Amino acid sequence: MNKVPNNRAWWLVLPVFILVAFSALIPLMTVVNYSVQDIFGPGNAYYVGTEWFKEVLNDERLQDSLLRQFAFSGAVLAIQIPLGISVALMMPKSGIKASLCLILLAIPLLIPWNVVGTIWQIFGRGDIGLFGWGLNALGLDYNYTGNTVDAWLTVLLMDVWHWTPLVALLCYSGLRAIPEAFYQAAEIDRASRWAVFRYIQLPRLKSVLVIAVLLRFMDSFMIYTEPFVLTGGGPGSSTTFLSQTLTTMAIGQFDIGRAAAFSLIYFLIVLLVSWLFFTAITHLDKEK
Amino acid sequence: MAEIHLKSLAHSYSDTPTGPDDYAIRHLDHVWEKGGAYALLGPSGCGKSTMLNIISGLLQPSEGDVLFDGKRVNELSPRDRNIAQVFQFPVIYDSMTVFQNLAFPLKNTGVPSSQIKAKVHEIAEILEIEGELHKKAKNLSADQKQKVSMGRGLVRGDVSAILFDEPLTVIDPQLKWKLRRKLKQIHEQFDITMVYVTHDQLEASTFADKIAVMYGGQIVQFGTPTELFEQPNHTFVGYFIGSPGMNLIEVQRCPRGVCFGSTVVPMSAHQVEVLQRVQSNNIRIGIRPEFIQASDVPADDTFEAEVLDLEDLGTYKIMTVKLDCETLKVRLTEDQQFEIGRQVQLSFPEKWLKLYVDEFLVEEKNQ
Repeated sequence: MNKVPNNRAWWLVLPVFILVAFSALIPLMTVVNYSVQDIFGPGNAYYVGTEWFKEVLNDERLQDSLLRQFAFSGAVLAIQIPLGISVALMMPKSGIKASLCLILLAIPLLIPWNVVGTIWQIFGRGDIGLFGWGLNALGLDYNYTGNTVDAWLTVLLMDVWHWTPLVALLCYSGLRAIPEAFYQAAEIDRASRWAVFRYIQLPRLKSVLVIAVLLRFMDSFMIYTEPFVLTGGGPGSSTTFLSQTLTTMAIGQFDIGRAAAFSLIYFLIVLLVSWLFFTAITHLDKEK
Repeated sequence: MAEIHLKSLAHSYSDTPTGPDDYAIRHLDHVWEKGGAYALLGPSGCGKSTMLNIISGLLQPSEGDVLFDGKRVNELSPRDRNIAQVFQFPVIYDSMTVFQNLAFPLKNTGVPSSQIKAKVHEIAEILEIEGELHKKAKNLSADQKQKVSMGRGLVRGDVSAILFDEPLTVIDPQLKWKLRRKLKQIHEQFDITMVYVTHDQLEASTFADKIAVMYGGQIVQFGTPTELFEQPNHTFVGYFIGSPGMNLIEVQRCPRGVCFGSTVVPMSAHQVEVLQRVQSNNIRIGIRPEFIQASDVPADDTFEAEVLDLEDLGTYKIMTVKLDCETLKVRLTEDQQFEIGRQVQLSFPEKWLKLYVDEFLVEEKNQ
């Protein structure tokens, strides 16, 4: 086929460009705009350069919040990925039981965030909540509104309940895509259950695990509604994660310049960590 | 190594089989002797793979027993039967290197690593994939992948048997021939029982000492390539073995022989006697194109036919003739000359003219 170079073809990219501009670039640029100015009112703005950024990076409240955020996302990944894989491995392969499992798994995913927060807020209460009351009845001193550890555990448990099904569903679809021949060959080769998992299932789950890890990282890193409803960030600021700190700053204190600078840094962190995950996992088997 | 005995085996993929059509394998009795190189030949869907999977233990037979050296192994898993199987399409563990792939079956049973290394190199050398040992297996070409797949079956020296399920399907013809020779060599070297499933008669006869021809879930004949050619036990064997296959003609009983149209073919006294004894009307005669004699000169025992077509295949010719209402193929040598549209005289040597009742051969009395 003869290829004819024609630069007017670039016009065909225009619709996409406009779409991307309105959905991402323009909103982002307004944030950039706020982050380099100190705005006192309409027509009363002063260019401040990187001052907001410096201030934000040195803000202890934000640093603490960032650390908590990493701890939370790390815990979420460390629990949900292995748990999701195990659930997927234990699920029946076909038939009515498989369908039932899929429906059961999908239920938490369908519940809106603030409802999830409310459910656990009540569920965990010591007086009327089954979970809190049960733990107290067992003699455990559990109080998520007063105890930092309890608050953390409850937030984590809530997130595990809400989002592990997503990992499990992704892994389940990955497992179903492995041809039966591989299991047969492994059986002939006398592979142990562990060897089958390690050398057949896990390598073939890699692509869905990349997606699962990225989704769970990004989602958990941006978590806002559920802990806000459940603990309101407390006790103290022990479960105040980045989004909540940011919201307080932007809307509570109307500190737009700093909030904008912090938004950009937040965005860059998510982007950077996601990129790192992605590159690390996809490069794992590129040697040779 | 083991002798594999299949005892009144039957298998149906349906949980509630209602008739013979639901069975992939029907009442099959067979013995694969220790250390033999066998081929299992049959058309697609005749139950070859089912049988292989039953031997290896990937499949539980619905009925009957599988015996290894006289011991019932029905309930044993493939791992306990210690059997190797190579599948039609290469199965490789793509996260591993070629070396790791070949070492996998040995590693799983805790063979010491020095021994693994020696064995893997030995097999890699035979299969000529030594240079690829440290490459990732997933980057190999299809035929190299199949070599790796085969290699995994071959590294285990102590197996009861190695089963090959059409292992050379994805490999190009040149290499196919070479790999088949290799397998044969490996068989001679290690003396392992090998069963090789194929639907290609050439592949079967170059690999195996004895071929089992499978048709409709049963083994219809088990014999050397020569036996299958000269003495087909079943019309299917006649039709399937040879190229072109046996000429089979539906006939009726006649005094002193059989007839079709207005042609009467005399049969031996024994055959006539058998024909009078049996009830069935499903009677056929068969003769291979190679054994029909064609000439221009009429004689007492010749039949006149019309030449319909001639195909020159280089070293021989295939002539299509019309005898009465039947079309027959005749194989001619290069120097035999006949013309399309002309008459030709055919004779059917008694020795090669076979009689089939209900598709099975009526054996000649022992000479």
